Amino acid sequence: MARPSEVAVALNRFGLGARPEDEAPADPKSWLLAQFESYDANPAVFSGAPDSATLGDGYAETMLEAKGADADAKMAARKTARQEAQALYRDEVDMRARAALATSTPFVERLVHFWSNHFAISAEKPQLTLIAGAFEREAIRPHVLGRFEDMLLAAVRHPAMLLYLDQVRSIGPNSRFANRAAKRGGKRKPGINENLAREIMELHTLGVRSGYSQADVTEFALALTGFSTGRARERDQAGAFTFRPGLHEPGERTIMGKTYDQSGKRQALAVLGDLAAAEATATHIAAKLARHFIADEPPAAVVTRLAEAFRRSKGDLVAVYHALIDSPEAWQPAAAKFKTPWEWTISALRGLGRSDIGKPRLAPLLNQLGQPVWRPRSPAGYDDVAGSWAAPDALVRRVEAAQRLAAQSDDVDPRDLARKLFAGSLNELTVAEVDRAESRRTGIALLLVSPDFQRR
Amino acid sequence: MKRRQFLTFAGVGLGSMLIAPRIVFANVETDRRFVFIIQRGAADGLNTIVPYADSAYRALRGSLTIDNPIKLDGTFGLHPSLTGLRKLHRDKQALFVHAVASPYRERSHFDGQNVLESGGASPYERKDGWLNRLVGMLPKSRGEAIAFAPTIPLALRGRADVTSYAPSALPEAPDDLMMRVGKLYDADEQLHALWSSAMETRALGAVSAQRKDAANVGRTAAGFLSKADGPRVAMIETSGWDTHSGQQGRLANQLRALDALIDALRAGLGDVWRDTTVLVATEFGRTAAANGTGGTDHGTASAALLAGGAVNGGRVLADWPGLSTGALHQGRDLAPTLDLDALIAVTAAETFGLDPQETMRTLFAGGRSNVAISDIVHKQAG
Repeated sequence: MARPSEVAVALNRFGLGARPEDEAPADPKSWLLAQFESYDANPAVFSGAPDSATLGDGYAETMLEAKGADADAKMAARKTARQEAQALYRDEVDMRARAALATSTPFVERLVHFWSNHFAISAEKPQLTLIAGAFEREAIRPHVLGRFEDMLLAAVRHPAMLLYLDQVRSIGPNSRFANRAAKRGGKRKPGINENLAREIMELHTLGVRSGYSQADVTEFALALTGFSTGRARERDQAGAFTFRPGLHEPGERTIMGKTYDQSGKRQALAVLGDLAAAEATATHIAAKLARHFIADEPPAAVVTRLAEAFRRSKGDLVAVYHALIDSPEAWQPAAAKFKTPWEWTISALRGLGRSDIGKPRLAPLLNQLGQPVWRPRSPAGYDDVAGSWAAPDALVRRVEAAQRLAAQSDDVDPRDLARKLFAGSLNELTVAEVDRAESRRTGIALLLVSPDFQRR
Repeated sequence: MKRRQFLTFAGVGLGSMLIAPRIVFANVETDRRFVFIIQRGAADGLNTIVPYADSAYRALRGSLTIDNPIKLDGTFGLHPSLTGLRKLHRDKQALFVHAVASPYRERSHFDGQNVLESGGASPYERKDGWLNRLVGMLPKSRGEAIAFAPTIPLALRGRADVTSYAPSALPEAPDDLMMRVGKLYDADEQLHALWSSAMETRALGAVSAQRKDAANVGRTAAGFLSKADGPRVAMIETSGWDTHSGQQGRLANQLRALDALIDALRAGLGDVWRDTTVLVATEFGRTAAANGTGGTDHGTASAALLAGGAVNGGRVLADWPGLSTGALHQGRDLAPTLDLDALIAVTAAETFGLDPQETMRTLFAGGRSNVAISDIVHKQAG
């Protein structure tokens, strides 16, 4: 029999929190590894969810219809589009939550959330409200057990990322388009936008202060010119990756000492391949994974081990996860990670055996708890340290949310639940206080906000 | 701010502790209204209906003694927070029942509430609730009973149809929950510091905070019950009665809120108040003696309150066992001499003109027939 603390670690630290109806895994490590075999990248929850192409087409149609209309009609059309986008966003958030509640591979589902946040986009930008959910389904889910480079390419070429980081506006200053514009005597000379190039280097691959220079960023941005999405008038291409040769800066580029003489989109793809394989990238990814699963300040030995696995396997993510599961540091019984609002909410709903969201819906609830889904304030995504989430007001809101969730589930006996969710390894004080609560609701709410449940 | 300071602050009377009590209704063709208010957490009957003339009372209670009870008779006085109930008592519309208990004799809230609400003789014996079975005894209902709560409390669960409704905003957490969370975080360095800071802020904002007060719940319930085709049976849940520490201020606030709830119900019902019976009961009482932390622990018998124009009030109903050491149940609790199940059955039967024995059999498994309980509610006119 596995030790209770190891079962609890597998369920709560690696997984998304135990569900009362689940059998405790007899062998926690095998339970985690087996999830790689049974993971479904496209679970039934998402059937009927629109893909980027469909959304792009719909958006294109709306824009084309509004084209000839008068100002009032245009405004009305835009308002309707905005409302529809908001409604879809809320549905997408609920779908994401339902997937997390229903999944039988919670470790992999957690990894989906991790990578989605690594390649952060923000639904706050109006065009992205519609496709934030599609981005995660299309760029993250299929690659979470694949190679890092493939996920990087899928994320970078996804319309959501290209729009979010302004790549679609970036134009090579000596591109065919720029030259034509110059002949026509346009007032503003077209130029590059460095946003995507910088964030790929700083956030998605190498990591900040890892040895690249501003010149490297500029060169990379020039190499990326032409990466774009279909426009509204290009009906069948809206919502898909497009390479526009006319925007691409001709010539060879030198990035971090290496010369890239490929033409067209092959140039940036070569750079992306090298960035994915770089030493610094291995360390950067290793540190983020270790921070997510072990501690805000992860032990250096683990980071080294994970980075080594990344390098040796040429970015095979499953190999890196193996190294993580094999790290004894990840199995320390004391929970060091303070749950983010998303993690806390999902684990609470799973703990209560809920399969659906009910009221309040997830998007507004996560908003109140301080972590709206797919809406980080920066391309760095949401922070993965306690300092960002463990705050006085945040605790009070969790208590209020816990009270509401408990009130919807007062069929549950909190005493049984406390034993089940922590495989018998719950802190004695928590057991006693839950036991002592003046009603089932209070008992359940206390369990959900206990120090044990706030951390993983 | 330390937890104790928070308690003191709460004790000054900032806001009610009865945050967002929940209301449950049933639709029945009768002019009589029956409202069951549950006090979750084991309310302290000894400081609600105070046996001020019992020579052992002051010695047992020490600093928790209610020095200035509103005298009702030569034996009992009312907690000074219950000014509305005092008026109702004077108008013979309030009746207080003491040393009353359900058949449950252990000290678990969960199990005690299960017995109180299900009407079983022991916990988890029955799956449905006595209030639902009462609805089943009444003439066919016009519509579904409704629970103004995220879920329907056990007392109203069962075969008779009940739906539920709850507002969608996150409810503010009651002080009782906040205090228990504070206790849970006491030993956790990180969470304790954060929580203390949160409570400081909360205390500062408490004066102006928009708290859903108990009177609001009373008004809402009255709005439904006063409609001609509205529900006839309602259940309201209150919490925060588990006063292990800092009882003096907390209980005063709890009772003030309960008093406001009943008063708002009375005011909102208008003429319908004449046909109304409100019954307030808790799962068990608290220890006779004060504990070492300014509170009381889980006990046995407590007090039940009845109010309404239909109630045969103006008196205290008690077979008083006394508080001398030998008289206490297991040497620590007020001994039960009246059966809460019988009180509920007789009250319900008399409210709706049902046969008390049959009502007793239908609603409760463990109740004894109790001759001391009758004439709780006036017969319905016409």
